[in-house]
Amino acid sequence: MPTNNMTRLDPNSQAASRGLSDLSIRNLFIIPTIAFLIIFNIFPLLYSLGYSFTDFRASTNAPAKFVGLQNYRDLLNDPFIWKNFSITAKYVLISVTGQVVVGFGLAMLLNRAIPAKGLITTLLLLPMMLSMAVVGLFWKLLYDPNFGIINYFLGLGKFEWLADPDMALWAIAIVDIWMWSPFVMLLSLAGLSAVPKHLYEAAEIDRAGNIYTFFRITLPLVAPILMIAIIFRTMEAFKTFDLAYVLSSQPTTELIAIRLYKMAFQEWQTGMSSAFAYIVLIMVVAITNIYVKYLNKVKAR
Amino acid sequence: MKRNMSGLLAGAALSALMATSATAEDLVIFWAEWDPANFLQELVNEYEEETGISVTVETTPWADFQTKAFTEFNARGSAYDMIVGDSQWLGAASEGGHYVDLTEFFKENNLGEVMAPATVKYYAEYPGNSGKYWAIPAEGDAVGWSYRKDWFEDPAEMEAFKAKYGYDLAPPKTWAELTDIAEFFHRPDEDRYGIAIYTDNSYDAMVMGVENAIFSYGADLGNFETYEVDGYVNSDKAVAALENYKKLYSYTPPGWAKTFFVENNQAITEGLVAMSMNYFAFFPALLNEATNPHAANTGFFANPAGPDGDQFAALGGQGISVVKYSENQDMAMDFLEWFIKDETQKRWAELGGYTASAAVLESDEFRQATPYNEAFYQTMFKVKDFWAVPEFAELLTSANQRLYPFIVGDEGTAKETLDALAADWEATFKKYGRGQ
Repeated sequence: MPTNNMTRLDPNSQAASRGLSDLSIRNLFIIPTIAFLIIFNIFPLLYSLGYSFTDFRASTNAPAKFVGLQNYRDLLNDPFIWKNFSITAKYVLISVTGQVVVGFGLAMLLNRAIPAKGLITTLLLLPMMLSMAVVGLFWKLLYDPNFGIINYFLGLGKFEWLADPDMALWAIAIVDIWMWSPFVMLLSLAGLSAVPKHLYEAAEIDRAGNIYTFFRITLPLVAPILMIAIIFRTMEAFKTFDLAYVLSSQPTTELIAIRLYKMAFQEWQTGMSSAFAYIVLIMVVAITNIYVKYLNKVKAR
Repeated sequence: MKRNMSGLLAGAALSALMATSATAEDLVIFWAEWDPANFLQELVNEYEEETGISVTVETTPWADFQTKAFTEFNARGSAYDMIVGDSQWLGAASEGGHYVDLTEFFKENNLGEVMAPATVKYYAEYPGNSGKYWAIPAEGDAVGWSYRKDWFEDPAEMEAFKAKYGYDLAPPKTWAELTDIAEFFHRPDEDRYGIAIYTDNSYDAMVMGVENAIFSYGADLGNFETYEVDGYVNSDKAVAALENYKKLYSYTPPGWAKTFFVENNQAITEGLVAMSMNYFAFFPALLNEATNPHAANTGFFANPAGPDGDQFAALGGQGISVVKYSENQDMAMDFLEWFIKDETQKRWAELGGYTASAAVLESDEFRQATPYNEAFYQTMFKVKDFWAVPEFAELLTSANQRLYPFIVGDEGTAKETLDALAADWEATFKKYGRGQ
């Protein structure tokens, strides 16, 4: 027999005295949310799915013509779109790897008794509290070959961080790493402080080396929470728009989000860009699913 | 009671204020955020003094201008009564039904002759040679050049230049001279560079720069009536022009890979380069001592001729159109009647606007008003423009995708680049059923 999970309304409560039943209270909370979701999420989602099979352009009065899978075929056959995808994949890889290495490293350093730990942690968290566009603008100044402070300190002369097609993507990834490593650090710190101290004591008694302890105790116990950080960062990195848009207009830094924006709001190819957005959506869902499967496996261990 | 009275009075004052603010925005003109928009606001303030109808010039940064304007059009919004839109928008906005047809107005006022012919052709008429007009040329603009007079007139430099190239150092008359001078002044060790050009591959920035070379070399982007592009944009002349533009890129300051009008003016104000390409609309800032420490030493010249003597420049500037969804169309037409009057156009030029009125442009008074007006006058009679078809943004994207890797990234050859571009444009025109 199915059990009813709902909490029963106290017959003496104010709500009950006004005559609101359990059902109406539930509806009161749920219906606005569902309505909001349907109007602003599900309806546009389905509507744009419809558009993705047409040659509709929002900038003209011409009626949309059904073209079947033509948009999807054109997009998947366009070498420039594939270039956008491979650039994005490279960017996600560099940026997320960098954030995990730096963020986890910082967490390891902070996970010990050091003076002014709270202050240091707070200062380290500052970058991720800034707006992406602002970060992009001031890093553009920092990278400037004529007066930028980075070349000055590193003694790189007139090195062109953003103008060099091969370097530009790395330069953007470095900014992303600077900005979001603290996020990985914060989650890792939470994971690290939850590792029971007696495990380390036992390892010490067994004379286990530092490396052995790290790979056998620390990493496996922190892995689930680290995976969550990686899922978040991968999804965000995949969608990156503002940072790359502000910093550089190199073709080698044209991420899919930028291409999609141009297609939808500069070229007004509404039908084509809807199809493009669906391709991106399917990819993000697929990648996230792989991660979630892996996360469940890690948790099960 | 007293409190009640003061409340009532405050209420009355508030409603009176609101009533004035309602009449205070009789007409709204939408434009991009730059100096000419401020000059236009000054001009329309005089319209309010004459007629009591106030006009507000609403602006948005250039980067958002196209997106914001078309978002409003697509929503059939009545926020703007008139819009000073880019010349490339004519196709999209007229075919999309967003602009009011001004053909009758054009004929009644004989604007085809009142305004400089090139401005009528590119700011107002669509499709090409159709005799249908959608805008009144408002802000004439084209790409010209500024240069450092003190560097050019330095006797030691003049002597060294003559010894190296065999002719006198002076503002260039040809693209070959332009390239020589850029090479001559390019001295990275002294933190001095030859030239500043457009390289930003978003929207039409870099394309306008390349057009200057292509047009002066005697090549065209294509046939604007038949939509043929093969043999035009990838002709031998166009290939040579693109090679020359790429060569100029090697004489730019470091990091010159995403540059447009802001950076190109900075190149002069910061004392980085000998010559800088820019729209005439941005030259007033270069003569202002407050914004340019080298103002007294800054000179101007028109886009030089190519190897065969052709001399053209890429067109900037905008025409003013009436938005179809405006609720004040009649008032907007009355405003345009006032705007095209000779005395209004003359006043427009005095305030700093670049008039397209042929009579004003040809007057000595205008041509001698500033150091760059003469170059502007010469240029406005030999301008050419990008495609104005509704899918112009897609054509720009292909151009950016092909040209940028060649110019900045050093990929492929000029011929391969332009052949690929011609193929892209052919495919786009085919997709929209043009020229078949």
